[in-house]
Amino acid sequence: MPPAVTPDRAAARSPRSRTTSGHQPVTVAWLMLVPAIILMVTFLIIPIILTFGLAFTNARLISPEPARFIGLDNFTRLFSSPTFWRSLQNTVVFALVIVPVQSAIALGLALLINAKVRGVNFFRTVYFLPVVTSMVVVSMLWMFMYQPNGLINVLLAKIGIDGPDWLGDPRTALFAIIVLSIWQAVGMHMVIWLSGLQTIPGELYEAAALDGAGPWRQFLHVTWPGLRQTATFILITITIAAFSLFTQVNIMTQGGPLDSTSTVVFQAVRTGFQQQQTGYASAISLVFFAIVLVVSLIQRYLTRDKEARR
Amino acid sequence: MTTGIIKKVAAAGVAAALSVSLGACAKGGSSTTNQGTSANGTTELAMWTHNAGNEEELGAITAIVDDFNASQTKYKVNIQAFPQDSYNQSVVAAAASKKLPCILDTDGPNVPNWAWAGYLAPLEGLDDTLGKFLPATVGKYKDQNYSYGYYDVALAMFSRKSVLEKHGIRIPTVDQPWTQAEFDGALKKLKDSGEYAYPLDIATGSTGEWWPYAYSPMLQSFGGDLIDRTDFKSADGVLNGPEAVAWATWFRSLVTNEWVAAKSGADSTKDFVNGQSAILYNGSWSAKDARAAFGDDLVVLPPPDLGHGPKIGGGSWQWAMSSSCSAPEGAMEYMKFAAQDKYVASVAEATRNIPATDAAANQVEAFKPGGENDIFRQFAKEFAVVRPETPGYPFIATEFTKTAQDIINGADPQQALDQAVLNIDANQQSNNYFE
Repeated sequence: MPPAVTPDRAAARSPRSRTTSGHQPVTVAWLMLVPAIILMVTFLIIPIILTFGLAFTNARLISPEPARFIGLDNFTRLFSSPTFWRSLQNTVVFALVIVPVQSAIALGLALLINAKVRGVNFFRTVYFLPVVTSMVVVSMLWMFMYQPNGLINVLLAKIGIDGPDWLGDPRTALFAIIVLSIWQAVGMHMVIWLSGLQTIPGELYEAAALDGAGPWRQFLHVTWPGLRQTATFILITITIAAFSLFTQVNIMTQGGPLDSTSTVVFQAVRTGFQQQQTGYASAISLVFFAIVLVVSLIQRYLTRDKEARR
Repeated sequence: MTTGIIKKVAAAGVAAALSVSLGACAKGGSSTTNQGTSANGTTELAMWTHNAGNEEELGAITAIVDDFNASQTKYKVNIQAFPQDSYNQSVVAAAASKKLPCILDTDGPNVPNWAWAGYLAPLEGLDDTLGKFLPATVGKYKDQNYSYGYYDVALAMFSRKSVLEKHGIRIPTVDQPWTQAEFDGALKKLKDSGEYAYPLDIATGSTGEWWPYAYSPMLQSFGGDLIDRTDFKSADGVLNGPEAVAWATWFRSLVTNEWVAAKSGADSTKDFVNGQSAILYNGSWSAKDARAAFGDDLVVLPPPDLGHGPKIGGGSWQWAMSSSCSAPEGAMEYMKFAAQDKYVASVAEATRNIPATDAAANQVEAFKPGGENDIFRQFAKEFAVVRPETPGYPFIATEFTKTAQDIINGADPQQALDQAVLNIDANQQSNNYFE
């Protein structure tokens, strides 16, 4: 985002500061914006408009007949589908668990590796490794670990616990996917927390220490206030990532067993591509779009409120 | 941040745009040689196949094309191979942008869908030739031939003579397959022996098209079906009738009795070869590894007769010509040329699959009467049922997959099947029954 804003601002300011040079910088700025605008329009704006339109038609991926306007039929069908409500419920549960747990673990890790000890770079790399590994690969690996006779159950058996079929049991499947997702993305957010931690001036800690504050009070009154901007950012990115849960489900469970891991995005992709119902899938996407929009608006409102109070 | 949300919403658009542009690029580079007339008067025809990465089959097909190109001077066929994973999307994207090649291959069950969508042109003047092909290797829609394949594959049960004899289990034959009671009894004996965690492996760990391909024949053997085949309008009564419920109940009992794992290992052939299961239900492609491991001890068994005779799925990859071909007579000429028995034999030989014609089978050592793989050909002839020839099949397949998975995980059979019927009927109806 910032790079897109800067030339714009420069362009707005320059005619006033350098009136003699005419409007050339504005032209240049626009020229530089063109590639970004073309990409945005082609890959963001047009698909969104198409989704809005298609959601009210019976358009299909493969069909000799043109799409027909069918009003709200897709939505009536969607809201009466038990799979949709189950998918929505799974998505919300996933987000509600992931957001606090993942951000807390990431903060813990960031605090740990922010310490000035030897070998810290090694741990930074280790925690960050899953992030640079493709989610497809990660899902495959964890699938083997989650098998009834896989690594996890073998370890559990050593301490006398008879582990379940993690991905095959409706009671444990979503939990298994949550654990894997946290593990995969925690490194990413750890790095963001870390960058936030490193913006806090060391003098503040020295002053706090001189005032007699212990580690916990230092965290509460120096670290946490200093991380407020970072926290906002992490909260929003994790929430949105959580809502778009798809890859893990597609590879590991295909929404099963008994819809226990189905999500809204998974349902949209399955309906749109496997079942060829473009119109219906657009309706699902539209509902998903609305949900995420509302959630991020609420978050924006809440975080803006805090900034105003400061 | 917003990009994150919108990316998902736009995924469809992006994917489509990408595949179109990629297709366009691939074609763009050689568009002058792909289709159209070159300087010396030969008409060039493009041909697409899903065989990239499958050397044997691509090699056999390339040999046919070379023969064809050498046989005359009027037409020249150019092959373009795609990886199987992205093949169908490429065809759909190409069709949307009206850039289909003249000749293409398709997976058998997709033929009615693509024929209905207007992608494919009927094959005329080939009726006599195709009459000699195994029925499941010819793609039909509305009584017209749209495609033919060089081979078929067969489902079978694999076991070991020594294991069956040890537990006093009769070895079934094509004429006398196991009855349901015998089959259940055999599984119980094997389970009770304590030698196997799950005596039977039906590859429940596989996904996608495997489910309708492998398990709808069991449903058919019970007397049910995926859709009423008299008019292909509704699944009511066949997919949720008493026979279908009996199938679902039995299917679930395989898991509750611990005869079958709800989710089998990643490679069921390997598990069988390693002695983890006593009986393997898989395609004829498993024969090579199983025979290598057990030699003469390996027995290939017909699937059990669950009431209406043993059934196996039919139909594999097949060749068709597109309706938008600029030189249809040239494409037709190729289709006729390539349907010769010797080519059926060479492709079947290269892929180790069942040759589509009797004459070709006689030219392939393993499939000659009495050959080591002849039994698969007998299964394909006796038991094969093609997947329903309706453009609604891709939808039916996904619904059946989900329903069968839910049933195996303990969903109520009647409820799950009723829901599937509801969805399938709604889809058939919303497409005006594909009239």
